[in-house]
Amino acid sequence: MPEYLLKIRRFDPQSGQAAYWDEHRVELEESQSVLDAVLKVRNEIDGSVGIRCSCQQAICGSCGVRMNGRPGLACNTHLGIAAARKWRTEAVGGTRDDGEERVIEIEPMGNMPVIRDLIVDMDAVHWKKIQRVTPYLVNKEPIPEREYVASHDEMVDITQPMACIQCGACVSDCLSMEIDPGFIGPAALAKAYRFVGDPRDADHESRLKDLAEDEHGLYDCTHCFNCIDACPKEVAPMSQIMRLRRRAGSDYHIDDRNNGNRHEESFATLVRDYGLLHEAELLPRSFGGNSWFGKFAPAAGAVLAKSLPAIIPAVLRGKVSVKGAMFGHKIGSKDLSAIKRLYDKVESRKERVELNLYVVGEEEQPEPAPVGGAASSESEAS
Amino acid sequence: MIIGAGLAGQRAALAAAQTGASVAIVSKVHPVRSHSVAAAGGINAALNPEDTWESHAFDTVKGSDYLGDQDAIEIMCREAPDEILWLEHAGVTFHRNETGHLGTRAFGGASAARTYYVADITGHAILHVLYEQLMKHAAQVDRYEEWFTTDLLQDDTGRCVGAICRDLRDGTTQVFDAKSTILACGGAGQAYKPTTNGLIVTGDGIAQAFRIGAKLMDMEMIQYHPTTLVGNGLLITEGARGEGAQLFNAEGERFMEKYAPNKLELASRDVVSRAEQTEINEGRGFPDGGIALDVTKVPRRRTLEALREIVNIGRDFAGVDITREPIHIRPGQHYIMGGVKTDVDGQTTIPGLYAAGEVACVSVHGGNRLGANSLLDTLIFGRRAGEHAGRLAKDLSMPSTPAARVADTERRIRDIMNRQGGRRVSAIKDELGETMNKYAAVFRDEAGLQTCHQIVRRLKDEAENATIDDRGTVFNQDVIGALELGYMLDCAEAIVVAALERKESRGAQSRTDYPGRNDEEWLKHIDISVNGGDVPKVSYSPVTITKWQPEERTY
Repeated sequence: MPEYLLKIRRFDPQSGQAAYWDEHRVELEESQSVLDAVLKVRNEIDGSVGIRCSCQQAICGSCGVRMNGRPGLACNTHLGIAAARKWRTEAVGGTRDDGEERVIEIEPMGNMPVIRDLIVDMDAVHWKKIQRVTPYLVNKEPIPEREYVASHDEMVDITQPMACIQCGACVSDCLSMEIDPGFIGPAALAKAYRFVGDPRDADHESRLKDLAEDEHGLYDCTHCFNCIDACPKEVAPMSQIMRLRRRAGSDYHIDDRNNGNRHEESFATLVRDYGLLHEAELLPRSFGGNSWFGKFAPAAGAVLAKSLPAIIPAVLRGKVSVKGAMFGHKIGSKDLSAIKRLYDKVESRKERVELNLYVVGEEEQPEPAPVGGAASSESEAS
Repeated sequence: MIIGAGLAGQRAALAAAQTGASVAIVSKVHPVRSHSVAAAGGINAALNPEDTWESHAFDTVKGSDYLGDQDAIEIMCREAPDEILWLEHAGVTFHRNETGHLGTRAFGGASAARTYYVADITGHAILHVLYEQLMKHAAQVDRYEEWFTTDLLQDDTGRCVGAICRDLRDGTTQVFDAKSTILACGGAGQAYKPTTNGLIVTGDGIAQAFRIGAKLMDMEMIQYHPTTLVGNGLLITEGARGEGAQLFNAEGERFMEKYAPNKLELASRDVVSRAEQTEINEGRGFPDGGIALDVTKVPRRRTLEALREIVNIGRDFAGVDITREPIHIRPGQHYIMGGVKTDVDGQTTIPGLYAAGEVACVSVHGGNRLGANSLLDTLIFGRRAGEHAGRLAKDLSMPSTPAARVADTERRIRDIMNRQGGRRVSAIKDELGETMNKYAAVFRDEAGLQTCHQIVRRLKDEAENATIDDRGTVFNQDVIGALELGYMLDCAEAIVVAALERKESRGAQSRTDYPGRNDEEWLKHIDISVNGGDVPKVSYSPVTITKWQPEERTY
């Protein structure tokens, strides 16, 4: 069995000491979990290591932690996989390993205050945000005597956000929340989609309007994909946020005061018109819409002025060229017309098609699998 | 006051609030971490117009090997359809059939497909929806999340008047005065190793009720689930077999044809587990000690849609793609049919104390619980206990236990922290789990159970001086572990004493030295009660029979 060097981030608020790394060496199989390793330490060496855990099968959502810099559940992360991850050097505090030892750093999740060791205060952040999104069904009236009739596909579809186990891994590494702690965040917005996608809910439009108008709401997400990577249950919170946006913008035409919807639309029209982004047009279109008069929207000027401290260094460092920003990036006319054809094809559809993101990769016919050793012929007989 | 916030506890809280009572729900973990979350396959109800509650009730009686109380079973099966509709209206995302109505799947021991489900996360979906309702009704229900109950309180007349609880976040201890107290804190699976149950399932409620004199019933009836992973005991839902998965021994034989020619893989759990264990014991298992479960018989798309969780479990915990190849399983400890003896309103033998869910024994499961009847049990009897306690509360005056009473508890916790030189709590717990899994398992006999009892008595002595490392107050999980060990040992002794007492084979109690069912002498419940520190007392109570006389049980 390989040996792993566990570095567990310890913190006891009663001790008066700062957080520190507690190191233990354990021998376990590669396919055993990080939680197995932590519990081995707790059971055999130091019973005071604090970690929430229960089911050990990735369903109770207790053991969210960061392992070598990435959030997830300790119970379904294999030691071998965790050790193979490249860890962030700044987190190692100067004790960077030479690469031969199998090191796993285990830290509490981010974006939430630490109570002790690997235990974070989920009430203060995660659950507060869940409560923000009216987290219960508002029944369509009249309530039927028997069940609501709903399609199979719709119910399978909302099984995806329903599969969330509230572990907080997505909240831990949400970049938008790091910048704006008020951001409602990936878990709570996925929860919101669980109701907006539920055909039995009466409040789709007001839920969407509420989330779109909130400056920490729908349009605060920056598409970084961290939550999709973090989620141990394939809930894909960011995809749920994008679905909320499509429902808000395309189905209910909610033009929010944060200009989120118009900003998103301006990306779409710019790519249609130019094939690539056109930075100088982005702000006017985001505020004034896609018209000639829109270029004079006063709000666009104000935001431009506010953004200068970010734009100037970007120009100075060569990240943006003045020419590219002012006159747009050019692509070949053949390519541009190909893009236009794509737009025409998609936009000519009568209905917007939401793909079911939950069940993917299925095939019609499974290959027959043998049972046991020489057993395949007998098993067919059954 | 409700202790435990899984399905039974949350359902009780909502029902009690509905009666106008002021409710507190206390749980040692956040409610959505409760082990109800792991219930996978579904929930039974005769809701389909072609189905009848009598058929559901008969299946349950037969599944219980006639040890279930038929009055309670009738209530559960009669009220099941309305409960499903209540859940549906509350927001549970039950999967639909082609016509958009509630869909069903087949399950073990059932004569009709009457199991309603959300993929294979049914318990999870219901638990999270009940928590949505608790958030909605926050004004009526106070939640105490991550508070550990250390003692149940009694007044001079023996009535239960609340509990003492410790706030895990800062270690403070408080008296909770309550007109009625409902235990809803689950089973005792951690007394076994391996088990499908989470680390929090440590028999707290069963032991706490036992210690203040409540009777326990049917404690010998321990369910071994037929399909748990060979390596680590994780649960593979019965829904897999409900969807068409099959069992094979190492010789490639679909051996259930021998044991249950009609129902095959969908016989009762005790029958399938015994069949598997017999195959393994007689040398027809795989070298790893398991049997093959072949899920490839289920169309792949259906597996990905309806059995998604076990696809992940196979991948993450066994390295097997169950849509492509069989996975090795064996019987593993899963559920305790027994528990704190209650009537059909959840009242225990202690006035003011109720119990519902796995902690309780009504008894609707008798000698063997049918798959997908446990969720139903938690919700029906959780609701009934909540309603009864809530209605009664109107006519009761508020008890008041002196706050100084916490001093005893605090002293006991300090004593645990100050112990030195004993065995580690985890070492005793491991030995207990392995012992129970060896001697009080699928097959039992007198000699093994006697050995088991001696070991449990020794472990109880050792636990008196078991040592821990953590002496702090903020989230001291170590000291909680020491208290839980005591609860598990009490449960284990009750299990072994009852298993020794029942000299026949019925349901999950399969005695190799008494192989047949003996209705003449043993068609009765075994009740267990506290006897100071000595071996618990045994008494009997009759089985209630309404419509269905005992018959030979074949599948």
